[in-house]
Amino acid sequence: MSYLAGEYDVAVIGAGHAGIESALASARLGCKTIIFTINNDAVGNCPCNPSIGGTAKGHLVREIDALGGEMGRTADECFLQMRMLNRGKGPAVHSLRAQIDRRKYADTMKHKLELQENLVLRQAEIVDIKKNDEDLWELKSRMDAIFTTKAVIIATGTYLGGKIFVGDTSYESGPDGIFPAKFLGQSLKNLGLKLRRFKTGTPARVLRSSIDFTELEVQEGDEPPVPFSYDTESLGENKVVCHISWTNDKTKQIILDNIERSPLYGGKIEGVGPRYCPSIEDKIVRFSNKERHQLFIEPCGLDTEEMYLQGMSSSLPEEVQTAFYHSIKGLENVEIMRPAYAIEYDCIDPLQIDSTLEFRDFKGLYGAGQFNGSSGYEEAAAQGLIAGINAALKVQGKEPFILDRASSYIGTLIDDLVTKGCNDPYRMMTSRSEYRLILRQDNADVRLTPLGREIGLISDGRWERYLKKQELKKEEYKRIKSTVFAPTDELNNILVSRETSPVETGVRMIDLLKRPQINYECLTPVDVDRPDLDRNIFEQVEIEIKYEGYINKQLEQVEKMRKLEKKKLPKDVDYTTVTGLRLEAQEKLNKVMPENIGQASRISGVSPADISVLLIWLSQKR
Amino acid sequence: MSTVTAISTAQGQGGIGVIRISGEKSFEITDKIFKSASGKKIADIKGYTALFGYIYRNNEKIDEVVVLKYVAPRSFTGENVVEISCHGGMFITREVLKCVIDAGATLAQPGEFTKRAYLNGKMDLTEAESVMDIISAQSRDAVRSAMYVKEGALYKKSMEIKDLLLNKTAHLSAWADYPEEDIPEVTTESVKDAVEKSIKTLEKLLSTYDAGQVIKEGIDTVIAGRPNAGKSTLMNLLAGREKSIVTSVAGTTRDVVEDTVLVGNVLLKLSDTAGIRETDNEIEKIGVQKTMEKIHSCGLVIALFDNSEELTEEDIKLIDEIKDMPSIAVINKTDLENKINIEYIKDNIKHLVYISAKNEENIEELKKVIEKVAGTENFDPSGGIIANERQRNAIKNALDNLFEAKTALDMGLTLDAVTVSLQETIDYLLELTGERASEEIVDSVFHNFCVGK
Repeated sequence: MSYLAGEYDVAVIGAGHAGIESALASARLGCKTIIFTINNDAVGNCPCNPSIGGTAKGHLVREIDALGGEMGRTADECFLQMRMLNRGKGPAVHSLRAQIDRRKYADTMKHKLELQENLVLRQAEIVDIKKNDEDLWELKSRMDAIFTTKAVIIATGTYLGGKIFVGDTSYESGPDGIFPAKFLGQSLKNLGLKLRRFKTGTPARVLRSSIDFTELEVQEGDEPPVPFSYDTESLGENKVVCHISWTNDKTKQIILDNIERSPLYGGKIEGVGPRYCPSIEDKIVRFSNKERHQLFIEPCGLDTEEMYLQGMSSSLPEEVQTAFYHSIKGLENVEIMRPAYAIEYDCIDPLQIDSTLEFRDFKGLYGAGQFNGSSGYEEAAAQGLIAGINAALKVQGKEPFILDRASSYIGTLIDDLVTKGCNDPYRMMTSRSEYRLILRQDNADVRLTPLGREIGLISDGRWERYLKKQELKKEEYKRIKSTVFAPTDELNNILVSRETSPVETGVRMIDLLKRPQINYECLTPVDVDRPDLDRNIFEQVEIEIKYEGYINKQLEQVEKMRKLEKKKLPKDVDYTTVTGLRLEAQEKLNKVMPENIGQASRISGVSPADISVLLIWLSQKR
Repeated sequence: MSTVTAISTAQGQGGIGVIRISGEKSFEITDKIFKSASGKKIADIKGYTALFGYIYRNNEKIDEVVVLKYVAPRSFTGENVVEISCHGGMFITREVLKCVIDAGATLAQPGEFTKRAYLNGKMDLTEAESVMDIISAQSRDAVRSAMYVKEGALYKKSMEIKDLLLNKTAHLSAWADYPEEDIPEVTTESVKDAVEKSIKTLEKLLSTYDAGQVIKEGIDTVIAGRPNAGKSTLMNLLAGREKSIVTSVAGTTRDVVEDTVLVGNVLLKLSDTAGIRETDNEIEKIGVQKTMEKIHSCGLVIALFDNSEELTEEDIKLIDEIKDMPSIAVINKTDLENKINIEYIKDNIKHLVYISAKNEENIEELKKVIEKVAGTENFDPSGGIIANERQRNAIKNALDNLFEAKTALDMGLTLDAVTVSLQETIDYLLELTGERASEEIVDSVFHNFCVGK
């Protein structure tokens, strides 16, 4: 017998990284929100690597934080080690990554959900979803509880139709031994959604005391560690180190001897795996001339002896895994605590959703995270935040919140998904952004905090600090424009030692900072009046001065792009009826249903002439 | 909106060529390359008046011209417009066009002038659909020309450069996006090498392209027909010398034979093709396939039919292929008995000429029809020229970005800034194939580098 269990504004299915941000954003914006998870102990789980951030992903975390999301703050609270990657390769690709305490991260997130006003965390497997007579969504749990809600966000991760593969063994399961969502997929199909199968994988967890670290290379964190969140003042010290080892000929041989026992090569897995995180057997087969592959040994937390073997994901049988792990230096006697596995799951082709992450054909239904075809905790959280914000805005009858490509990596991620779709799990990379010199991790606050404030996710205290920081930055600009250094020996020694020409007359500080070789740090001895400011201010000022030409060029491109984005296309049009469009363009436009001319111009198969035709057609309709 | 330019007269050897410039900066751009005899500037004279003078590239005099000024909104496009009338003929017209582009105008997209005219309210709302059709038709022509261009040396060379830069950029991207994988470091020197090599190659390409090649080009014309219909004989007649192997054994011409001839005042780039027929012979099959490709990418088809035989399946296939293209049906072998079903041809192809290639009868008539079709029909006035010009434009833009990358490298800026310029360079080089650099780079990263967790 079913019973009515409650009425809500917004319901979130799944409490992983996407679901958490969705639920918190929706509740914080004042919507009565419920978040469902199959197991309350699996909230905020990190079933793969015990780390948050990394290249381009670090940008996403900063942006989530700048908009008022939770991932950055929690990563800071649970950090074990911080590294700023790509120092020396330029500010566009600087990326922050935290090793985190995996259990602590999950517990902290769960606790934040529990403490959040307007939010209910509920352990329940949702098995059915449909619209009722009152145009509300009706969700049914396995226990026959009925929840009605105005908007639903699906963030099912790898749980939806999850199936695990280890060698010849396969069984229906979510990650980490938690049962999968077995029925929801069918219900979504009945509703009319098109689902497909993707797969991903993870390496083994092994026992710390069974590893011989003596000859392994050590990887330390940055000192001092830099936090993700603009709320975190200081992190204290790094708490752990990681280690590096390498595979060898023997590893390769063991894997090749057993390759037919891999479900990937035996053809048992139908799902499409990500190109960028191949299993070790994939790497060895595809890059057969590579002599060795690197692996990182990362601690999973302070209160556990489990270690994560980054780079060694596999779906080979347990005994083969044991054999090849044992062939690696330092792991000769390693004890496996959890074997590596591949997991296959249901997700959608994201061309079915729009930039607010709402399904075009199902109003009030949103998707976020792996369900939308992406991969990674950070990609998931970013979408979760946007879906949560938009579901809340919709329920409150407000204008949707859309980030464009020029505003953020989040906008780029979503635009890529909804206009280009994806053929394998989508991972964020810095090379995916054409505006990467302006979308830096150091200026996420300048780009997004005003927007976060407008939506209502930035607290008064945070907003005041932000405004104060902008004020100080302005003053610092004034100062370096008016500061003139005399051509002293001290200054010229600095300049010469940095391999740049000495000066003969007085020189403005701002002009020295324009030189690529010169930075704030090396000028410290002569810059005696420097105020004591947040170092992020110096960082932003220095980058803006050095890369001014590039930044201005990109800003011009942004302006052009935004003009096209402003030309909205109608939502209910059959492009085969637009005369003058080429056949291919008609088909592509009907499939993607772009929201504006800018999006249309990014669809492959739509030519500039087709865009001209669309512009004329639009003007004719007006 | 940017200021755009294009050749707006049909091509031919004689007469006058007009280059139209439309947009906010039309006057400014013209004044950069035009010196009037009276010393007056275009920017300073009244609208709807003309100046006589010369077009210059740096200090080199290119042509004697008359320049006419139209002021917005009273012009064809509704914008500031300049029309430069120069001496006709492809070479000069095109040189002037290049000067205008180098001075800051961009090459107009297919149908761009019409589009602007419409968007600026110069045309009635009811005309919108016909405007859309015009753009669509012109873009089809451009695609056809672009296909043709893909066989050219310019295209192949620039694609080599694209590949070189793509490899470098993918490597840089893998190196930046996967800092902890053991991806070999990218040195500034190696990037500099690639940039300098690309600059050199592209500069050389542009200069040799400028020097002579352009004169050779004309309307890309294909002579098509079933084997032994007399294609090679006709080609030789038009070209005036023996080029194709002429025998009576069907299938002698197995490849595409090309020649450039002047027919009246129209320059034709003639291609004799392998005859179209069903065949099991591998080499001949390739020949037939090439013929079909050639037909789809050309600007004019001269379809040859045998008067002494009934239409075959191959003939009908050919007619169906070309009926929407500028084409002329030539009925050969009037010296033999008439058996051909002429009605079917008449129903599908507008222009029809009877000849006897063997007896050289009625060749003059054919030439007149060719001139008529090439001159008066709704014929893309620029065809291959514009496609080539587009390519030149793309290469020029690519070069600008390469210089920017070089400056950044010389200054000692970090590689992330350099990659932005490189990515844009690749985007310009990819313009003609319609691909996008960012996707190409991402694909290349995953294909060439072993990265992942």
